[in-house]
Amino acid sequence: MATSAKDLPFREETFRDDFTFKNSPETVLRAPFPFDKDSYMYAVNMELHRDGRPGTAYEAPIDVDEHYVSEMKDRALVLDEDPLRYQSLPHMTLAGWDTLELLMTCKAETYPEWFSLTRDGDNWHWVNRPMGIDQHFVFGDESTLPYAPLEYITRQAQGDFCVLDERDGNLWMDAGMVTTQADWSLDFDIGMNFFEWHAPVPLAHEKGIFKRALKYLLSIQQGNPARRLNWTMTVNPRLDTSPENYHIWGPENTHITPENVADKLFLRIELQSFWRLPRSNALLFPIRCYFLSMRDLSTVPKWATRMHRVLQTLPPEIASYKGLDNYREIAINWLSQFDDGKPTSEGPHPD
Amino acid sequence: MSMLASLDVVVTDVVTVNSLIKRFHFARADGSPLPAFSGGAHIVIEMQDGDTIRRTPYSLMSSPLNTQDYQVSIRRDDEGRGGSLFMHNKVTKGMSMKIGYPANLFSLDKRAPKHLMFAGGIGITPFLAQIHQLIKTNGNFELHYSARNEELGAYSEELKQLLGHRLHVYYDDQDQRIDFDALLSSQPTGTHVYVCGPAPMIEHVIQRSAAHGWPDAHVHFEHFAKAPPGEAFTVELQTSNKKIEVGENQSMLEAMEAAGVDAPYLCRGGACGQCETNVLECDGNLQHEDHWLEDDERASGKKVMPCVSRFKGSRLVLDR
Amino acid sequence: MSQPDDSAILSRPRYGTLSPVEANFHVFVADDSGGETILSLAQSLPDDFFNNAEIIYVNTDSENNQSVIDGLEALGCPRLYIGPSIAAALPRLRTSLDRMRMGTQVYLSGSESLLGMATMTAMEAGLDHQALQTEHRGSLARRVQCVHCKGITENVTTQPADCDHCGLLLFVRDHYSRRAAAFQGVNINAEDPSDVPAKEEIYS
Repeated sequence: MATSAKDLPFREETFRDDFTFKNSPETVLRAPFPFDKDSYMYAVNMELHRDGRPGTAYEAPIDVDEHYVSEMKDRALVLDEDPLRYQSLPHMTLAGWDTLELLMTCKAETYPEWFSLTRDGDNWHWVNRPMGIDQHFVFGDESTLPYAPLEYITRQAQGDFCVLDERDGNLWMDAGMVTTQADWSLDFDIGMNFFEWHAPVPLAHEKGIFKRALKYLLSIQQGNPARRLNWTMTVNPRLDTSPENYHIWGPENTHITPENVADKLFLRIELQSFWRLPRSNALLFPIRCYFLSMRDLSTVPKWATRMHRVLQTLPPEIASYKGLDNYREIAINWLSQFDDGKPTSEGPHPD
Repeated sequence: MSMLASLDVVVTDVVTVNSLIKRFHFARADGSPLPAFSGGAHIVIEMQDGDTIRRTPYSLMSSPLNTQDYQVSIRRDDEGRGGSLFMHNKVTKGMSMKIGYPANLFSLDKRAPKHLMFAGGIGITPFLAQIHQLIKTNGNFELHYSARNEELGAYSEELKQLLGHRLHVYYDDQDQRIDFDALLSSQPTGTHVYVCGPAPMIEHVIQRSAAHGWPDAHVHFEHFAKAPPGEAFTVELQTSNKKIEVGENQSMLEAMEAAGVDAPYLCRGGACGQCETNVLECDGNLQHEDHWLEDDERASGKKVMPCVSRFKGSRLVLDR
Repeated sequence: MSQPDDSAILSRPRYGTLSPVEANFHVFVADDSGGETILSLAQSLPDDFFNNAEIIYVNTDSENNQSVIDGLEALGCPRLYIGPSIAAALPRLRTSLDRMRMGTQVYLSGSESLLGMATMTAMEAGLDHQALQTEHRGSLARRVQCVHCKGITENVTTQPADCDHCGLLLFVRDHYSRRAAAFQGVNINAEDPSDVPAKEEIYS
């Protein structure tokens, strides 16, 4: 029986210090598990972002789950420490308004019990009940909001958001809200084009993967968003694994032991979606992060088996790039108890 | 439009603009707002012309902020394959039609301190939408618009009212010519130039701006090729395992769609690159009509753009 | 932190060889031995070429650059500036670019720092990167931005290198930002601060 995210209360939890983050069993089952095969294969695997399967993270175009309120508190803490995690070059303000409209309308349509948007021409009224926000403002007039439109709305939306300007047959990272990143810096990458900001990713350039991916992204039209999944692993449920703070969280990479691996090591799934924005012709690129601990994975035998096999077949350079070298073997050993050696059923979903 | 979501619309008005141009107005069939768009965007209009489905791109000319009423202006082309003739002769107020979501291959560069625009004839239409956008954001621009004569200079009166000194109109029959060299050598750093009009005008602006040292990235043009009519031919589609006939007034892309083969596209005018297809075997001549492939790609005989290009010969096998 | 191999790097700037193109105006910016590039180009250019040009030359080594300066003065360029440092020359470059028209081509020749900082200035003035040509001469020393404290360390010649600002030991990534005119530096021993790799002199 599929459980909707709407049936679960918002959890009070932390993503730093005492790390009280926890998934309820229902939230584990609705995670967008990224492996649809028993071995690792790098691929872009873009598909249209629609037809939400009930009881999965794809149910709503912009997913809101039990971690929403606590994730937004963590974002506010990151921004207090380092305001450079939100940036927008001057020509991206219109794209900020487009983003605000998209997120507000999506949320109000999908979750009317939590969010509402009332429009009277350019006079808009936004209510976000989980966060206790009630805001009247004029669409297009920055002086009527407490923050610039992109910052305002992404302080109320889970996941990182990159806004890409399209020019000269390329995409440019010209605005973003990035506080839950897997090891890249918006402050450094802002203003770069698609190939420049992907430069540090090994192997994929030689295979022409990024050229094909760019061509696909440029073809994305309004009304037809696309998505893909990416993944890495993180020690502790730490959202803010930024390079900025690497010297602070880096030591935790060496803290995994056979005793603590089940609860301290997390599969970090990124649900990336791609939306053409109407007025600015920019692309919005939300990157939503889902954590599953190794113990969470073990509650779904197929997923634990898959994870075991993917870690075993991962090329060493990819493992290093993802930063798994310190604990990959420990994770493989722990997961081996769930792998019966038999083939798993097709597709990513639980049996 | 096969895989992608499209919009159900109703023709709310058809207005005769002059002896060659008609303007078509669309609203959403269910009365809800149409999507906002960006100046320079086009829509692909789907036309059920007897047994044939045509899909032709036209620039949106209405204000991008107007979500109740999309407008396109279409010049009648008596020599073409029939898209404009269908619109002129068959489309009437009240008809239901399907259009694609707006897509933009002729976007303003929002960083530009100034936009210099050159329009020729019906090429005025994307600029009309862009101008609404720039006026709203206090953008800095000037528009140079040339037409054959006053009668065919569609919308020049409205533009004069709206733009004042920012508009410069030139009529061929009064020997008025745009002085491209003077304009291209006097623009402040960071200016972007945009041109939409007849092919020779576009070529001229590309060539003169390069001669004056403008970087390519500052030169924008909307150049939809028209899929020309031609002799019928046969194409084998290897992946789909089909053999299809391409009719005299049909493009390869349309023939694929008619055969139920899903092929990607955005502009259907040889400009966007999305329908680029690998040629597996070719015994004959590919007739390239697009603006996408590089010379070496054409010479290789390995690529073709099925939205506009044709084939003459005995055997063509495509990877589709 | 990952240490990707060089072959995969696409944000690394690629420098070429200067080659004058059709343009309404030409701006040359060079430091030290980069001035020789201008002199050698001049040999194959028409005599009146420098009437529509400006030359900005940074001389940080006055003992050895006198012959370059003599050569530049002999070109008859009405707008010739000779300054003592990159920082001193940049405001002049910015002011000149702000007054120019579209159709200006900029030619840079010299050290990694000069190429990076002049590129940054030109882009801030609204020039497209296509309107810039670069040729590397002289020092390979890098400007490195510490991703942790954001401070920029000049003249980095070693791998790894110390951050001048926060003191962390940085791995200099081959990841380059044109906006910052700097390479990215990331703490190399965060996982185990007691592991201090030896510095190698590789960017001199």
